[in-house]
Amino acid sequence: MNHWIIAPVVLPALLAPLIAYVMRYDIALQRVASITGAVLLCAIAFGLFMLSADGSVHVYRLGHWPAPFGIVLVLDRLSALLILLTSVLGLIVVIHSAASGWDQRGRHFHALMQFQLMGICGAFLTGDAFNLFVLFEILLIASYALTIHGGGKARLKAGLQYVIMNLAGSSLFLIALGTIYATTGTLNIADLSLKVREIPVEEAGLVRVAAMLLMIVFGVKAALFPVQFWLPGTYAMAPAPVAALFAIMTKVGAYAILRMHTIVFGPDAAPIGSLSQDWLMPAALITIAVGAIGVMGARRLMPLIAFSVLGSTATLMLAISGFSPHTTATALYYLVHSTFAAAAMFLIADLLLSRREGGDLLKAVPATVQNGFIAALFFAGAIAIAGMPPLSGFLGKLLVLDALRFADYAWLVWAVVLAGSLLTIVGFVRAGSVLFWKSTSAELMPPEEDTPDEVTPPANRIGPALAAPSVASLACLALLTVFAGPVMRHMESTAAQLYDPGDYVAAVLEDQHDTKKLKEEEH
Amino acid sequence: MELVVATSIGGLTAAGIYLILRLRAFPVILGVTLLSYATNVFVFASGRLAVGLPPVLTDDATAYTDPLPQALVLTAIVISFGMTAVLVLIALGAFLENGNDRVNVEDERAGEGDA
Repeated sequence: MNHWIIAPVVLPALLAPLIAYVMRYDIALQRVASITGAVLLCAIAFGLFMLSADGSVHVYRLGHWPAPFGIVLVLDRLSALLILLTSVLGLIVVIHSAASGWDQRGRHFHALMQFQLMGICGAFLTGDAFNLFVLFEILLIASYALTIHGGGKARLKAGLQYVIMNLAGSSLFLIALGTIYATTGTLNIADLSLKVREIPVEEAGLVRVAAMLLMIVFGVKAALFPVQFWLPGTYAMAPAPVAALFAIMTKVGAYAILRMHTIVFGPDAAPIGSLSQDWLMPAALITIAVGAIGVMGARRLMPLIAFSVLGSTATLMLAISGFSPHTTATALYYLVHSTFAAAAMFLIADLLLSRREGGDLLKAVPATVQNGFIAALFFAGAIAIAGMPPLSGFLGKLLVLDALRFADYAWLVWAVVLAGSLLTIVGFVRAGSVLFWKSTSAELMPPEEDTPDEVTPPANRIGPALAAPSVASLACLALLTVFAGPVMRHMESTAAQLYDPGDYVAAVLEDQHDTKKLKEEEH
Repeated sequence: MELVVATSIGGLTAAGIYLILRLRAFPVILGVTLLSYATNVFVFASGRLAVGLPPVLTDDATAYTDPLPQALVLTAIVISFGMTAVLVLIALGAFLENGNDRVNVEDERAGEGDA
């Protein structure tokens, strides 16, 4: 049993209380600890990624209890990939929050950030459905506090909506788990995989209900129509680094659907059949439309980015709704792209808005951000998230569209994705021209001059520490584009592992010679 | 027994959903609480209803009630309790900052997101 598997959960869990209590009054120490923790997490995640890259499934049995009874953590290619993604994003966000001073606008930013990372990593690792619920709650409670970090009227109100939405979602999650337990008698994902397939089709009504309830719950997290309403408000109002970290939060929902609706409620399970696909695809298509219309209608920059994230996540869900190894491989590629693109956009918007008069309202104001560097970053970020060449958004969308070429309603899928991309491009072009071009006409400023009458104290010049996170996320996108071939090959094998749950089930349930002997049924 | 449990879950859920759909924070909090009660009873009942049986299988027991949902519901109660406390605090904060406890966000917000 490899103890490193639990390290992505234990490390932030130990670090967070230390930061919160021991380093409480020393922001410099907090920053050092938080960044060190994030770097260590990246190293661990990379190690785990290499460990799982050969296709083996590693199981960590907490307390050495045998599998359907004890809780297991399972490391396969998919969870290793997502933990690596989380840790890299976490590092980027922590550096940005320290460099931009966001971590000083409220208390315990770094501690909450570590708890958030703990919850996300745990959710990606766990092999138990109820444990997944618990880890969801951990990441949610940290996200509640992070959403309202810094306070303010609008932020608290948006935070309140976010909390209510997710509390209702949590109740639904529990109801779904109760239904699953009542019908199958287990909550271990590998065990569920076997039990669900044993249920006769004519008695599968309750399992189908549970599968769809779970899809709604994960749909809330992934912001799918009709439960997407919380996302634009929350992301637009959340502090920018938090919004950037939340780029991975929607992916937690996507991951959970990928995990539960392939291994447990997969298309090969007779009681479920194509049920997941039938509901996920229309919901994703409508969400893309909502996102595109929202981008066009947004009068502020932050909601505009939030709506583009909505559309981006919905494209990911559309790719997932193909429910075949090939479509899932493209979905995974798009998942990585979508995470970094959204994060980059929020971080760049933060650089921009902290230097701009008039906040994020998209109207011409006296020139304050005619900084060629920010404009270039914004341009690159917008290209990425709208899905234009040369960055990975284009490749990702191309792969997704190509993979869905033979799906039912392929014409509709193509039309919606392409029209959505076009509207997103138009929205960003409009925003960019207002932000960077029209503003100069109000006062005839030379384009690269720093204006002395700024509203916010940070100098217009952007230091390397402040620029690094945004540049790093864009660089990740560039790497994803350049190494698209090898990355796609890895995604193909990841997806193949997901649709062949035999190894997963065998690793969890069969290979347990080193566990405690059970005298009774209980633990 | 089944009828009583089922109707109480149904009643609590209906009341909870109705209250969640209200516009003000206080009814919504009550609604979330009621919904979590309903959920807890539901999870508890998912291990089948049994009266007067021990929860843990002992050597001399002939029948037992499933202890796992009881453990699950204990976790769920603790979590929902903590979450409700967080919700109350955030609602209080929003009320004190905004001067009203409406849950909806107006379209054109007055706040600038104070970036």
